Amino acid sequence: MSAYHLDYLDELESESIHIFREVAGQFEKPALLFSGGKDSIVLVHLALKAFRPGKFPFPLVHIDTGHNFPEALWFRDKLAETIDEKLIVRYVEDTIKTKRLTEQKGKFASRNQLQTYTLLDTIEEFGFDACIGGARRDEEKARAKERIFSVRDEFGQWDPKKQRPELWNTYNGKINKGENVRVFPISNWTELDVWNYIRRENISLPSIYFAHEREVLEFEGQYVAVSQHIRIDETDVILNKKVRYRTVGDMTCTAAVASSAETLEDIIKEIVATKTSERGETRIDDKVSEAAMEDRKKNGYF
Amino acid sequence: MDILRFITAGSVDDGKSTLIGRLLYDSKSIMIDQLEAIEKQTKNREEGEIDLALLTDGLRAEREQGITIDVAYKYFATPKRKFIIADAPGHIQYTRNMVTGASNSDLIIILVDARNGVAEQTRRHSIIASLLNMPQVIVAINKMDLVDYSQDVFNNIVIEYAELAKALGLQDVKYIPISALKGDNIVEKSAALPWYEGDSLLHLLETTQVEKAINLDKARFPVQYVIRPQTEELHDYRGYAGKIISGIYKTGDEVTILPSGLTSTITAIETNGGEKVEEAFAPQAVVLHLQDDVDISRGDVIVLNKDVPKTENELEVLLCWMDNKPLTPGNKYLLQINSTRVRSVVREVEYRLDVNTLEKQYDTDTIRLNDIVKATIKTAQPVVFDSYNDLRANGGAILIDETSNVTVGACMIQ
Repeated sequence: MSAYHLDYLDELESESIHIFREVAGQFEKPALLFSGGKDSIVLVHLALKAFRPGKFPFPLVHIDTGHNFPEALWFRDKLAETIDEKLIVRYVEDTIKTKRLTEQKGKFASRNQLQTYTLLDTIEEFGFDACIGGARRDEEKARAKERIFSVRDEFGQWDPKKQRPELWNTYNGKINKGENVRVFPISNWTELDVWNYIRRENISLPSIYFAHEREVLEFEGQYVAVSQHIRIDETDVILNKKVRYRTVGDMTCTAAVASSAETLEDIIKEIVATKTSERGETRIDDKVSEAAMEDRKKNGYF
Repeated sequence: MDILRFITAGSVDDGKSTLIGRLLYDSKSIMIDQLEAIEKQTKNREEGEIDLALLTDGLRAEREQGITIDVAYKYFATPKRKFIIADAPGHIQYTRNMVTGASNSDLIIILVDARNGVAEQTRRHSIIASLLNMPQVIVAINKMDLVDYSQDVFNNIVIEYAELAKALGLQDVKYIPISALKGDNIVEKSAALPWYEGDSLLHLLETTQVEKAINLDKARFPVQYVIRPQTEELHDYRGYAGKIISGIYKTGDEVTILPSGLTSTITAIETNGGEKVEEAFAPQAVVLHLQDDVDISRGDVIVLNKDVPKTENELEVLLCWMDNKPLTPGNKYLLQINSTRVRSVVREVEYRLDVNTLEKQYDTDTIRLNDIVKATIKTAQPVVFDSYNDLRANGGAILIDETSNVTVGACMIQ
């Protein structure tokens, strides 16, 4: 093997940096959607590699549902401060009030659907023409078919039939006024690639990704964190379990996994051994129907 | 560990979905919840055992409307390699889909039904593979179980295909007898095919050289973005950010900036957001610093002096038309090659290529979706390019409709 040969993580990294720089080169007003979750933390790390010693040509934007894990929010603020980049936060709570939106009811009432409204309002408020996100194609089959540069209409809607062919490493970010492009620089990474990269680059993560004691209730085989955002019924059994999070979304729709993995090495071992997919194990919101993600994307979701 | 990107060509009838399903399943890349979802669907459809083809099944929008989205990407890994499969559906619109999927692949698996041998669509897939200059080809002769695992059947197909490969100039063709349905020769070598002396398909995919897809001789660096921090301590910093698409760059190298033709010397190469390195190579993303304060912006290409690409404003291309609206010669389009975008006009269409026979057809009045034509494109500014067959990384361009902004064509520059 020649000395001029890239390791797979280097190749993925290079592809992602290239995509970041295409966004910087092609758009007037991009934004990086940042949640404090591992995928968006990796995006920030890649953006540092793409643009330092310059500043990011975009702000970090977080759509705060009000149901986020406090550990993730704390981490979000700390990271933005450390790297000295602008962070814009917009709240689903505000959208619910000003637009008189109806919240979901029930045990795990989720604001997952409502955050699309806040996202679209935020895009309009700042005139963002490109929003960079951390979605990966291995997550879900609707994502497997979405482009790296995914054009959305003025309602943020994804139309799977009207996707542009994406050839070579040439990205077409031309849009009409009012449209925007969702850009997914880590489309070709798998969950395991992300974790291996985090370990290799020694990237810090919020504490909830590592095993910790937590009050959870067991619901249909999944552990949901006890919080003021879910309804606790008399019949519920509350357990004190050692858990970690494999993904970090809202407290109402992300389940924890039982784990004793306190280091990145241990987490990677567990992920290699796991028999369940990331979304299958941790996302309560995807189980609604076979096409749940497809439908949400068509409505402007990431 | 490295990455192999490949495309599978074939229709559902050839067992393409079953093959991909089998690779994912046997390499243990399918998770329990995904299997459960398939089992549920299999039951819904009142079929028997798990249908591996369902693993590559489409979106609800596709099923409901009987359409297929051009390419879906699938991922699996073994301890040796990460694989990215471009899964392009094999129906009538295959040309557009296959061109798209193949453009991002380093290897193509062409599936042949052992019962049918080299069929019309095998020819079509092979012709497209040759037009896209695929670095490696694996001909997987499938459904060997339905021909009693016959060595004669296999050998006859190999002889027939070898002729086609020779006629098309396909390089590096390997042949393998398989049964995707039964799992023969997919992950493990099959006892049912004792006469076959080669490797299993997965072993082939794991061991084939991927470096072939990257050209290290011709150095090409399209500038994507100029980094200028403009802070007090870095007020002189001016870095050209981009990805080396081919070749090797070293500090001290003499370079030419195209299309201007100005020359300079590399004073520093940075990776990782500011870390200096002595040399860098494709496909690394880096920042270059030059000695002279020359005017360089996005779209310029920095190349080594010893081997420069062409800089012209007239391009001969093989053009695959990808839009529902027909191509009208004389129409203006944006032409994008890597990070350069210029206005252009499709001046003349010389002929249409029949992708079933390679025959040239001269009735070129209307060029429709999935047509491949030889055309001349005139650009408003000179474009820096290589011939696609010499250097894939700098010889492929897209055409964008200026009114709809849609990508309407793929050009292989001749």
